[in-house]
Amino acid sequence: MTISKCARNAVAGAIASAALALPAAADVDFSGKTIEWVIPFSETGGSAKWANFFAPLLSEALPGEPTVVVKFMPGAGSTKGANWFQGQEHKDGTLLFGTSGSTQFPYLLSDPRVRYEYNDWNPVMASGTGGVAYLNAEDGAKFDGSANMLQDVDFIYGSQGATRLDLVPLLAWKMLGMNVEPVFGIKGRGDGRLMFERGEATIDYQTTSGYLGGSAALVEEGKAVPMMTWGALDAEGNVVRDPTFPDIPTFKEVCDATDGCDTSGVEWDAWKAFFVAGFPVQKLAFLPAGTPQDIVDAYTSAFLDVVARDDFADLSVKRVGKYKVFTGGSANAALGTATNVPDSAKAYVVNWLKEDYGVELK
Amino acid sequence: MEAFATALPALGDAWALILQPIVLGYLVLGVVTGLAVGVFPGLGGIAGLSLLLPFMFGMDPVLGLALMIGMVAVVPTSDTFASVLMGIPGSSASQATVLDGFPMAKKGEAARALSAAFTSSLFGGLVGAAFLTMFILVARPIVLAFGLPEMLMITILGLSMVAILAGRIPLKGLAAAGLGLMIGTIGEADAGGSLRMASYDIPYLTDGLKLVIVGLGIFAIPEIVSLLRQDRAIAKGASLGAGWMDGVKDWMANKWLSVRCSLIGVTVGIIPGLGGSVVDWIAYGHAVQSTPDKSNFGKGEVRGVIGPESSNNAKEGGGLVPTLLFGIPGSGSMAIFIGAVALLGSGDIEVGPAMLKDNLDITYSIVWLLALANVVGTLLCIAASGGIAKLTTIRFTYLAPFLFMLISFAAFQSGQNFEDLLALFVIGLIGIFLRRFDWSRPAFLIGFVLSNPVEKFTNQAFQIASFRFRKSFDAGIEYIFSPIVIVLIIVTVVSVVFGIRQAKTIMAEGDVQSGSKRAPVIFLLAIAAYLVVALVNANMIPDYNMTDKVIPLFVGGFSLVCCLILLTQMMRRREGDAIFADKEIAGEDADAPYGLWSTLAWFVGLIAGTAVVGFIIALLGFLIAFFRIRAQASWPKTLTLTAAGITLMCFMAGVLNRDFPPGLLQSAIDLPWPLGGN
Repeated sequence: MTISKCARNAVAGAIASAALALPAAADVDFSGKTIEWVIPFSETGGSAKWANFFAPLLSEALPGEPTVVVKFMPGAGSTKGANWFQGQEHKDGTLLFGTSGSTQFPYLLSDPRVRYEYNDWNPVMASGTGGVAYLNAEDGAKFDGSANMLQDVDFIYGSQGATRLDLVPLLAWKMLGMNVEPVFGIKGRGDGRLMFERGEATIDYQTTSGYLGGSAALVEEGKAVPMMTWGALDAEGNVVRDPTFPDIPTFKEVCDATDGCDTSGVEWDAWKAFFVAGFPVQKLAFLPAGTPQDIVDAYTSAFLDVVARDDFADLSVKRVGKYKVFTGGSANAALGTATNVPDSAKAYVVNWLKEDYGVELK
Repeated sequence: MEAFATALPALGDAWALILQPIVLGYLVLGVVTGLAVGVFPGLGGIAGLSLLLPFMFGMDPVLGLALMIGMVAVVPTSDTFASVLMGIPGSSASQATVLDGFPMAKKGEAARALSAAFTSSLFGGLVGAAFLTMFILVARPIVLAFGLPEMLMITILGLSMVAILAGRIPLKGLAAAGLGLMIGTIGEADAGGSLRMASYDIPYLTDGLKLVIVGLGIFAIPEIVSLLRQDRAIAKGASLGAGWMDGVKDWMANKWLSVRCSLIGVTVGIIPGLGGSVVDWIAYGHAVQSTPDKSNFGKGEVRGVIGPESSNNAKEGGGLVPTLLFGIPGSGSMAIFIGAVALLGSGDIEVGPAMLKDNLDITYSIVWLLALANVVGTLLCIAASGGIAKLTTIRFTYLAPFLFMLISFAAFQSGQNFEDLLALFVIGLIGIFLRRFDWSRPAFLIGFVLSNPVEKFTNQAFQIASFRFRKSFDAGIEYIFSPIVIVLIIVTVVSVVFGIRQAKTIMAEGDVQSGSKRAPVIFLLAIAAYLVVALVNANMIPDYNMTDKVIPLFVGGFSLVCCLILLTQMMRRREGDAIFADKEIAGEDADAPYGLWSTLAWFVGLIAGTAVVGFIIALLGFLIAFFRIRAQASWPKTLTLTAAGITLMCFMAGVLNRDFPPGLLQSAIDLPWPLGGN
């Protein structure tokens, strides 16, 4: 099965199940209990923000209104926490675990430190985001919807590391024939934006919330020119314009318009696979292996209730960005799209990381 | 002027928002929580804010801000208790305070040191707020002027404080700083991800050592062990001399030092990416350089307390600038703060560039809530300092087990691993020997703290500079030698030249007697051996990851050269030369009734017990055994104190929702919290 088919089935399934499934969970009661939501990152990251946003809403929606506390278990870029969660067994349904793209990518790349298996866990919710790449004003003037005139410009980019989410923009720019030199070792995308504002970096990308919160103002002031979004997935699993940024072309459009860039073949499949795992299905919440169905159902219906709140759209836009939220069966499907990469695509990325950045995963 | 025309009404609105009884009530609540959390070493603002987070959702913005800011503002105030009274650096903000604050406590002047520190904190906080009120309107271009070369130079300025704190033998100080830098490189490199002195088979090491653990190990453990061996109260003669009024008078006498250090604090705090790690050392260095008689530094000079304490609260204000203007957190607690602000009210306030335009009144409320929280917190702390200072008159044997308990818990919170306790012990051993042989511990810590910034900024600045040079030579030079960089280079050179001249008079470890050659040489060889291993290890990193090996190779090579010169000097000089300083020859440690190893064994016992039965059960056994055997306490006293310790631990962990280190027992059977945990 090709990646696009896989994604299409998954997303189609997601939509179907979201419409149909409203499981009964009457006999599960968490009154007086405390749910621990473990996040394998530090208190300061985006996943912390995400879990802290959902925790009080989840608490109201679960039967018996248990207290939901977010706990942090940082280490080895989330591998430590995920390995720990792999060893947890179902007890009474009071343990929830959150993962992010940084947990998915090492898994996809078969990092030897990964001792966890996504397919053992029970996903109950998934959510995503988008991303926007932008240029400084000088180089932005040369951008005409294609990267043709950017191919002989040297760019510099503040990066967190080639095996992180930055893999998606770095690979995209490479496919466009652009010469982007990453400066590694920055601590968050905010630092990257600051480097761009200081003029030290000449190209940058931000996730949706980071772009709206900081970079959009730069665009207004004429200090930055938006280049492309990574796009969003439609029900068929195709890359379409990001609904948050309908006026900015997607990478797919720019690639089509650029000489030497191809939106089919192994390179494209590889990019798309990691894009899906890193953006539309970036964060997932899991119950441990062996959780009985009634508890999974209780969580599923609780998250459905959260998403169905009248004020949810409002709350989520302001606090965590306009994320698409998948629950229950659709969370399962989302997991499928986020954790299945064709071997050829994986081999391509592993080889590229080794040749361009000297990264060897062993 | 236009900016100020909008600023004044906004400032008025801000005060109208703040000066409501309910807002002030929430502020006080936040302050009290912050003080309670900050008193315990190693927890700090992150733990406290996480505690408040669940209440933030949908809360009225001003109330939520009052609560959070009240909390964040006073953590660097109350952690002074631990650093002055016990010699335990509560957070990175209070490391330099330990150098003179703790010796003052030992002289029986704890109340004086505390009130001088608190008055300075208060003043620093107010200066910071006043400065920010004006500055925040024009801050953006100034913040953007600090690029990577500028940040690298500030880091190097911080590192140059090693020159002042190097001790009697400058080479030893340099080698200690180099060792600190090398220990700081342990783990996965930021740039290329290569491993330095670590292995994926020991996942703990790949993340590197945490500052909390190194700070506690280097400063707290050697002092606790030394005092415990001497079996006396912290204050010599168990009596308190100067009281809290003297501290306030001390501050009055040194108010200009306090002004200057506050400005240093707020300025360095503004620069994102540096945060609190360098500021108190730069302030301490300034206090030393501006004092005519330097002979008392390290032995209880009140200016050594006033300087860093003035800067560290001012820094919190400065740190708001990158947080509010750019949405880039200056510290871990600020990162949570940003997340929490989004949860407030209807989520309309968004921290970031829009903040000044859309929410200038809220911005000013934040600045002045911070100042107000400082006032409330300081008054509470000064009021309490006289009473809390009495702790220093208690026989130390009754305090030590609780301190072991607290630092173990604090160390565990940094990484939630049993290995945290082992790391604490190993670093503690290094600290004990550095102290014994009069190698500068502050130099070691400065090296460790600045290891990551030095490496990161060097690599990144180098990469961008070479990118600019490829464009044109002029563009490259313009990038590297900006006016700010040139000024910083001059300041650094001046401070190094002066520092080296003055270093010999500043004896952080007091006057250490010298003895035979054998022990100091063995310690030197051990350090040299580690450096050799680390060098070989760094050299094995393949060349395409040059960024990951160049700093360890350079720093390691430099430190090794220092060690080799020291070794030849040691071979030439006679026994009794200052180079062979050894605390076990004469002085407090040598005369102590208890030996080093038998005292340390108690701590080892606690760790080993934890490995087997988990922390709480091990602690129970440890406390009972310690009070009965070492302190020779009666059974009723033993049981009361043990119960108090366990209760305190469980209460703290319960409220903060933390776990305890598990042991083999916990992996075999499930036990309920607090005996078990996850």
